[in-house]
Amino acid sequence: MPDFLLEIGCEEIPARMINAGSEELRDRVGKLLEREHLSATGAISSLDTPRRLSVLAQGIPATQPDISEQITGPSVSIAFKDGQATPAAHAFARKAGVDIARLERVATAKGEYLSAKVIKKGRASGEILSELLAKEIASIYWPKNMYWQRPSEKFVRPVRWLVAMLDDEVVPLEFDGVRAGNQSRGHRILADGQVQIPRAGSGYIETLRQVKVLGREDREQQIRQQLDKATRTISAARWREDKNLLDTVVNLTEFPYVILGNFDPEFLELPQEVLVTVMRDHQKYFAIEDVNSKLLPHFLAVLNTDGDPNGIIRHGHERVLRARFNDARFFWRTDQKHTLRVRTQWLKQVTFQKDLGSYYDKTIRVQRLSSWLAEIIRQSGMPLRPGIIHKAACLAKADLTTELVKEFTELQGIVGGLYVRVQELDPDLKDDAREAIAIAIYDQYKPESMEDSVPRTLEAAVLAIADKADTIAGMFALGLQPTGSKDPFALRRQANGIVRTIAQKTLPLSLQQLFAYARETYRGSPAEGKFSRSIDYSVAVREFFRERLEFYLKEVDKDKFRYDVVNAVLAVGSDDVVDAIARARALSSVLHLPEFLAIAAASKRMRNILRQAAEKGIKPAPAFDYLLESSHEEKNLAAYVQNNAAKIEAHRKSKEYGDALLLLSTVRERVDGFFDKVMVMVEDERLRANRLALLDTLLKEFSTIADFSEIVTESQESSKQ
Amino acid sequence: MTSPKAKSLTFQELILSLQTFWAERGCVLQPAYDVEVGAGTMAPETFLRVLGPNPYKVAYVQPSRRPADGRYGENPNRLYKHMQLQVILKPPPENVQELYLESLGAIGIDLRQHDIKFEEDNWESPTLGAWGIGWQVMLDGLEVTQFTYFQQCGGVDLDPISAELTYGLERFAAFLQDVDSIYDIAWARDPGTGKMTTYGDVRLAEEVQFSVYSFEIADVEKTWKHFELCESECRGLLEQYAALSKDKSADDGNPSNKKRFPLLGAYDLCLKCSHLFNILDARGAISVTERVGVIGRVRSLAVGIAKAYVDQQHKPLSEDKERIGEQRPNLKKKLEVAPTAL
Repeated sequence: MPDFLLEIGCEEIPARMINAGSEELRDRVGKLLEREHLSATGAISSLDTPRRLSVLAQGIPATQPDISEQITGPSVSIAFKDGQATPAAHAFARKAGVDIARLERVATAKGEYLSAKVIKKGRASGEILSELLAKEIASIYWPKNMYWQRPSEKFVRPVRWLVAMLDDEVVPLEFDGVRAGNQSRGHRILADGQVQIPRAGSGYIETLRQVKVLGREDREQQIRQQLDKATRTISAARWREDKNLLDTVVNLTEFPYVILGNFDPEFLELPQEVLVTVMRDHQKYFAIEDVNSKLLPHFLAVLNTDGDPNGIIRHGHERVLRARFNDARFFWRTDQKHTLRVRTQWLKQVTFQKDLGSYYDKTIRVQRLSSWLAEIIRQSGMPLRPGIIHKAACLAKADLTTELVKEFTELQGIVGGLYVRVQELDPDLKDDAREAIAIAIYDQYKPESMEDSVPRTLEAAVLAIADKADTIAGMFALGLQPTGSKDPFALRRQANGIVRTIAQKTLPLSLQQLFAYARETYRGSPAEGKFSRSIDYSVAVREFFRERLEFYLKEVDKDKFRYDVVNAVLAVGSDDVVDAIARARALSSVLHLPEFLAIAAASKRMRNILRQAAEKGIKPAPAFDYLLESSHEEKNLAAYVQNNAAKIEAHRKSKEYGDALLLLSTVRERVDGFFDKVMVMVEDERLRANRLALLDTLLKEFSTIADFSEIVTESQESSKQ
Repeated sequence: MTSPKAKSLTFQELILSLQTFWAERGCVLQPAYDVEVGAGTMAPETFLRVLGPNPYKVAYVQPSRRPADGRYGENPNRLYKHMQLQVILKPPPENVQELYLESLGAIGIDLRQHDIKFEEDNWESPTLGAWGIGWQVMLDGLEVTQFTYFQQCGGVDLDPISAELTYGLERFAAFLQDVDSIYDIAWARDPGTGKMTTYGDVRLAEEVQFSVYSFEIADVEKTWKHFELCESECRGLLEQYAALSKDKSADDGNPSNKKRFPLLGAYDLCLKCSHLFNILDARGAISVTERVGVIGRVRSLAVGIAKAYVDQQHKPLSEDKERIGEQRPNLKKKLEVAPTAL
């Protein structure tokens, strides 16, 4: 069976888009082959570089299999009149391609019909591929598409050549005026123009290697080896691992080579954050550090060529980095001419959001909100310094006016923190207080992604939460909450950040109160006039955070709770993040106990009985009464509840949810006994109301921690299947 | 101070070599446009020529003024006014990237000795309602060229597409001569005496004085007035052109009325607005909130001119087709009748 190769030759595809595009192409080819009954017997693999996306399918059938199909024709009564074939019969025979005499008859409910077996001849795979591949190429999703000629297809970058082959035969294929052949191209500089691919198959990779083109894994391996090798020339040093940067440089090269460059050690007076940002984000260099993670005056650049024997390239890279560092140093020095304190005033000129006022307005609000937060947290007994928070909040946004942040926007917050360390603030300020303010400002945007850490200190956490809550509150009040895939202000990310920070710092906070107060800080401001009248702010915020907390519990928390546990916990409340996590943890810990599962099942039953009663307008008694007619099981259960209620409540109050649940689980036998022997919905109204009261009390007792009826028990799981 | 490598091209030789290279590949060579622009893209040889269906190839050096980037001649890498070599290839040939790389050979860069990368960088100018897809070309880690396939200009979808190559001339020169400061670039070398004239000799005073002007002295009130005058005249011209288009009798009677209408003059006025805005911006006279609004005003001029220009380029017949869609059948009839009338 032949091997199939497709290579789409492009002008340089953006590094960030290559992996996804390549994967999609491979999937599309795989699915196309499957759909057309041409599934590969061997592997379907992909190879991609900045200038090509390739798919190799090993062992695909040369032709589609013939498919036999039974087709039904006219009814026998129409097809034959007086034993003679009618035109209808002839027509069907022609269509089926068989003699009338060989037509079959099938009996159906509607009578006897003519039928015939037809063989659909399989077509050659080359024919199928040349017909259908162009559409697959055109359908690949790219975040940004372009035209390069008109009228034309859109693609991520201009397509300049195509290779499409079944073994050594070209599959005639055309995409946007480019005809497929067997000519690929080698490395832009290191190879001379075109290279012939002798045949589709594993030799393809070797052919490319000869013209200095490597696949992704090979490039990554080569880069890693060379980074190691170059770093070894410096004693006690290591290159700073950076997955994103590595992915980028892998996809910027067809044949990578790493060089070690140096910079003047006097630039090390600049904070390493600044140096690393310049190297990583602007130059795509790896930083080198010593064993104590201290930056060393060297860098590693990944080239798209095979060497630099005369050091010409290294010289060029060093020159560029020197200019960049000089700029950064110039900005750093210029920025010191005005302190952050002065710059805070300048924020009046910087718009935060057109309806929400300036960054100065935001600063004032965040100051109020963070002070309020600080007080709540302090009252709970956590060690925190409100004065630090107040000062940090005041200076937090001032770095937005600095040259350094204007040039390197990704350093916002960080620059503010660094400047606090070196600038004159309050003369009375002690060093440790200065450092605490610096950290709070430095960490205020954390966590910026799922991978990022939360703010280091409590003070920083408070500032970070207040800053994000202020943004979310303002946007929601304006009616600009995220919808579907639209979240232009990244409010979901910010809300995720709040939830995670509260969780990891175990802060005793009510989200509802937080957002009520955040809304309050806008009172009387011009922004308030712009607020939406059609939105129920507190409901919208509550729903939004319920989703964020659900996401946190299922995906982010180290326990990655089961969905039914999350549903059960959030059904009872989603206002207190820490409490919700504690309940989820307790619930998860008893899930394996048969006693608990029985209770969960009983909860469902109790809930159903109570609901049905309510639907019929039957009310429970105000409280359970030990009636003469009450059965033994009934009294037994009621007594147990009475005896243990206080203990359970005590556990709950001290958030010993696990203990509370274990205690609740001990009621299982009596609940089982109750349901075995006692009928709730009896004729006797008094007895019935009394029993309903018992169930109601019990269910409420159960439901303070989680709604157990949400728990999926094994029997349900299997009945679903 | 570093001194330029003796063998490498001077600044003017660099320009001459690139111009020769592109002239040999069919480009019209134009002098720089003589109204202040912020980038080579804004010169009419790009902004207007990429519109409409006519193929065109042009190369020109464009001094580009960005008042806010002025550094009083004190920063070795930043300038109030820098020079771009702008190449427009409409439509782009299939080997446009290879041509570009060849042009680097023409200025003495042996690519086998260097590291060249095309890194994603999509260009966009909100002021011009223009954007394109492309790369920044990195030469040994230095961004030397912006390579763009224009997709839209003045809010108009382009057909054909144009490729725009913008060479940063100071960067190339400093790279080739291996100097750390732009001001140390050898601009010219007297073949007789060997005496060198540097970039600083030629341009330093300009950098200092225009920095002073833009940051300190420009009269804000008068500059605003200039802006408003240019804007209102430009808008007035656009209104006249619109009236001309609506007035069918004028059009039918004398279609050349539209052809001779000075949209080019309107575009100059729009460029002046853009430059005056840049001065006001550098002067700190435009608050952040105002900024977006003023950019919008300039854009509306640019977009209006682009649309009118496309209209003006149309041949009268196709222009009618565009404008009076419903009457197309009649036009067809006219066409069918024509041969017999002959």
